[in-house]
Amino acid sequence: MAAYQLRRSLLYVPGNMPAMLQNIPLFECDAVLIDLEDAVPLNEKDAARVLVRCFLDQYKARNKEILVRINGLDTKWALDDLKTVLPGLPDGIRLPKADSPEIVERLDTLLTEFEEELGLDIGHFRILPSIETALGVINATSTAKASTRLIGLAFGAEDYTATMEIERTKSGEELFNARMRVLWAAKAAGIQAIDTIFADVNDMEALRRETELIKRLGFTGKCMVNPRQCDVIHDVFAPKAAEVEHALQIIDAIKRAREMGTGVISLHGKMIDAPIVIRAARVLRTAQAHGLVDIEISEEDIYGTE
Amino acid sequence: MKIQRKGQAGTMQSSDLMVIVEPADGLVIEIESTVKKQFEHLIRARLEQVLAKHGAEGARISVNDRGALDYAIEARLETALRRAGGLS
Repeated sequence: MAAYQLRRSLLYVPGNMPAMLQNIPLFECDAVLIDLEDAVPLNEKDAARVLVRCFLDQYKARNKEILVRINGLDTKWALDDLKTVLPGLPDGIRLPKADSPEIVERLDTLLTEFEEELGLDIGHFRILPSIETALGVINATSTAKASTRLIGLAFGAEDYTATMEIERTKSGEELFNARMRVLWAAKAAGIQAIDTIFADVNDMEALRRETELIKRLGFTGKCMVNPRQCDVIHDVFAPKAAEVEHALQIIDAIKRAREMGTGVISLHGKMIDAPIVIRAARVLRTAQAHGLVDIEISEEDIYGTE
Repeated sequence: MKIQRKGQAGTMQSSDLMVIVEPADGLVIEIESTVKKQFEHLIRARLEQVLAKHGAEGARISVNDRGALDYAIEARLETALRRAGGLS
């Protein structure tokens, strides 16, 4: 099984600001989203893509995942964005306004053409679509299956609330249905679910509450607008020591159960069976990605052998 | 490659630079920089490298540098040349 790629924290970096771009190697986030879209004014679109390309060309010792948010495929900039930036070999493209599977399929086709031109393996460039409109939310289930390049679905609450003509609140009740729909779509397709940004950089308490909420719902990571938000997000997503210990005991217990010829066993008076084991394995994989434990969980550990 | 009009790129923010390219006789490079004393020769070398890569001539290049790294110097000059009609 491929290594579980940790994407807890995805930091937006404005594409036209050298002071921010050249700090990318220093940020502690798991991924950056270099932005050619909303963070770049219309009269600087040409300059930003050239700057990003020059930055990527000299950023050889990559220490995090690099995604570039291009302008929407319905704009006149998108093609030039791809043409200029892709030879700089980002890991993938964050696709704004992924309102339908057809939009993702179009990007998939374009990426295939560029990969052929650049002599890369087909599928090299990944896609993280933004679900950020009412229509996007409705179509999320089919969008999530639109391409094998998808690493996840990303929910974008700022644009979503704009299309809904509503205010975004810190408690986020207005986002609940949309978040769930994005989550169901991502989980059903077996890809990650990435939550929206939290805009108030000075309110770390509210950021923590929101991150705890979206983790409980099932999101695996969160976008952010400021590197200072990284610590809170990582802290929330880090498996707690007791959680890791319990997961280890579960894996141990199910192995014992299988030796006894059964798929179910009791641990501290609670039933352990397949879904509990799958959740425990997830905790351990996350813990391993955090460097908290040094064990590999195999498919055999989770599902047993025939 | 021919400079057809004035082209400007970049900003005066820290770690960035402002580049202005204008039609002129010959090739003239003027550099202002917050780190002029230490780095003027390196900035000039980088600019010359990019100009040579694009075969630029007949241009006055005025640079106001705020401590930009090589990749930013290259990018801003390239954009200024492009905006000056000197690149396809």
